[in-house]
Amino acid sequence: MTKNIILVGVGGQGTILASKLLTLGLMEAGYDVKMSEIHGMSQRGGSVSSQVRYGSDVQSPVIEVGGADILVSFEKMEALRWLEYLKIDGKVIVNDYLINPIFVSMGKSDYPSGIIEEIKSKVPTLAINASDEAIKLGNPKVMNIIILGTIIGIMKLEDIDWTRIIKENVKPAFIDINIKALEVGIALVKDA
Amino acid sequence: MKKLMTGNEAVARGAYEAGVRFASAYPGTPSTEILEEISTTYKEIKSEWATNEKVALEAAIGASISGVRSMASMKHVGLNVASDPLFTFAYTGVNAGMVLISADEPGQHSSQNEQDNRNYAKAAKIPMFEPSTSQESKDMIKAAFEISEDYDVPVLIRMTTRGCHSKGIVECEERSEVSFKEYQKNVNKYMTVPAFAREMRKNVEVRLKKLEQYSETSLFNRIEMNDKKIGVISSGVAYSYAKEVFGDNASYLKLGFTNPLPKGMLKDFCSSVEKIYVIEENDPYIEEMVKMLGFTCHGKDTFPAYGELTQDVLRKALYGQSLPVIEYDRSKVLPRPPLLCAGCPHRGFFYELGKRKNVVVAGDIGCYTLGFAEPYNAMDFNICMGASFSTGHGAQIGFDIQNSNKRVVSVLGDSTFFHTGINSLIEVLYNNSRTVNVILDNRITGMTGHQENPGSGRHADKSNAPVMDIEAIVRALGAKNIATVNPNDLEEVKSTLDWALSLDEPSVIITRWPCVLKRLTQQDKEEFRDVFKSKCVVVEDMCVGCKLCLKSGCSAVSFNKDTKKAVIDSVQCVGCGVCAQICPKSSISKENE
Repeated sequence: MTKNIILVGVGGQGTILASKLLTLGLMEAGYDVKMSEIHGMSQRGGSVSSQVRYGSDVQSPVIEVGGADILVSFEKMEALRWLEYLKIDGKVIVNDYLINPIFVSMGKSDYPSGIIEEIKSKVPTLAINASDEAIKLGNPKVMNIIILGTIIGIMKLEDIDWTRIIKENVKPAFIDINIKALEVGIALVKDA
Repeated sequence: MKKLMTGNEAVARGAYEAGVRFASAYPGTPSTEILEEISTTYKEIKSEWATNEKVALEAAIGASISGVRSMASMKHVGLNVASDPLFTFAYTGVNAGMVLISADEPGQHSSQNEQDNRNYAKAAKIPMFEPSTSQESKDMIKAAFEISEDYDVPVLIRMTTRGCHSKGIVECEERSEVSFKEYQKNVNKYMTVPAFAREMRKNVEVRLKKLEQYSETSLFNRIEMNDKKIGVISSGVAYSYAKEVFGDNASYLKLGFTNPLPKGMLKDFCSSVEKIYVIEENDPYIEEMVKMLGFTCHGKDTFPAYGELTQDVLRKALYGQSLPVIEYDRSKVLPRPPLLCAGCPHRGFFYELGKRKNVVVAGDIGCYTLGFAEPYNAMDFNICMGASFSTGHGAQIGFDIQNSNKRVVSVLGDSTFFHTGINSLIEVLYNNSRTVNVILDNRITGMTGHQENPGSGRHADKSNAPVMDIEAIVRALGAKNIATVNPNDLEEVKSTLDWALSLDEPSVIITRWPCVLKRLTQQDKEEFRDVFKSKCVVVEDMCVGCKLCLKSGCSAVSFNKDTKKAVIDSVQCVGCGVCAQICPKSSISKENE
């Protein structure tokens, strides 16, 4: 049975690295894997998604509307934007973090309130504050790896050798902090 | 060895394994990473960024004629530019194998149109492959080089965005060192004067007949028989979508070699199933053949002729609905359009240009196309690469004929200028257009992800390259009114636009400041000292909350509704100072100043 994980956020948040590491780990664990993302104009501060599918024989690289087992959002409004991609019995991981769209920065509209409450009222939701956790670790940019840790926790993929995957794919100076970030993410699921 | 690869990486790997010696490309989403991967990973292949797709293909053609396997890659619209050499190279044929990759964009994720370049293979009468997966992308490149040499013909590989940018597992093999083809002068084969070209034209038809035979037996065309009530004919990534939706409840004719199409195989398959669906993205290319062979089938009457045919799209077309979805309050979702980066050198220019009344702005293809959007609203139309100067020129003529007092300002980027904008500028100068022609020189090819160009100072392999001086080129073309400005200096931009619009003859403005994401060269560091190293801050006591700074459209600047003051995000800000110049109360200053 193919499992589907959709990672969404705002261009520049590191969804691509997180999904790359996830996909490499799944491949090494023996799964057939496909991953899809869109580059180009939408990257520049726009809404972005990476889609990871794994199982015994995966055909399409794309997750369809109503097809994701988990929706992982790096920014809270983006979780709502992509919620239609979730299966009706799927789960959400949402980072309680906001990035203002241009119309909010310009003062033309307000950032909507009650987003996480709206999601929680619909589906099982793990809301985390990966940004604060990343700052605690000393580098706000490892937010994406903390979120990767939560995916690993929820999808029960802890048996894969993630430490080695990180070592092989992250610049040497950032290996230790990324391993710690991953552990923080996994722990967030256990504590929830 | 198994590796996880995007379709683009698999194409590069296929070229490596096939013994390719030379690859050329002009960057364009979704094809860009093919040449990037070659230039960074496979040093055995000499790789180059070309200045446009036409010269990329021409360089590859020359390499093929000389006797080495070569490849050119481009996005779908790039093949329009390269179509001229393609149609005649299809006549001469190759010496060593030559393969052309066209990366089409169903869904227009990052493109101005959605053309189906399978039509080019048919029109140019050359063989074509359509891979469905990364593994097939690699396998088909290798097969394409064999076909190219066996049948003496350039081969088209039609990729699409999802194939290019999605990853799958690929079994990698060793590179085969293919021997060079000896170059022999042969004017009957390569000189396309009419007397010889007429003979070549006949041979094209003979070759097509032979390729029809290949198509019938190609391992890339296969029938998968399951339940015979439904038969699906599909190609490319659409096949994988169809497999997800129909599973084993349908039989499939999976087509990987699609010009010429295997008529016999199509007949056999269509005769053996009850209901036929042709599932292909964009044009009814296969469908038309099925109908021509006399079969009734469902294609564009059922599935959209545009966009991607992902599983949900197929389900809606077939069953009227996608999988069940969670209903939620969509009013809480605001649009999040793409933006110019904080510190983007286009910002200052468009801020000033957007304030002009009675000016029509001819645009072009690049990050700066976003100048059309809020808050600048500083672009009226854009057509294709390099078209701003020439469409602007024509528009000015039209306005003048109508006795309108509108003035046209045409804008394009540095890479676009080298691509085909230089031709358009020659048109403007030769015909003495009274347009204002702006080259937004950010020292790199920005939107596709920082590929080098003749002005950036590096080659594809990052070795140092001679830097072409845009101002000197423009002067050499005969421009008399030239100004090079710092786009972050709003007063300079304003006065230069005033000057240019006061002229009744062509002018060229070059805005020169590096892209905030460029990896700077030594020359850049010397020219743009301490660039991007400062931050702007709001002096809260002085801010009156007028929000004028928000008109900079910079994502680092926002308005705090509680304090009624502007705020600058220090993580994003690189201190370009545009917002500080807009502030009427001088309440934005450089940090530590």
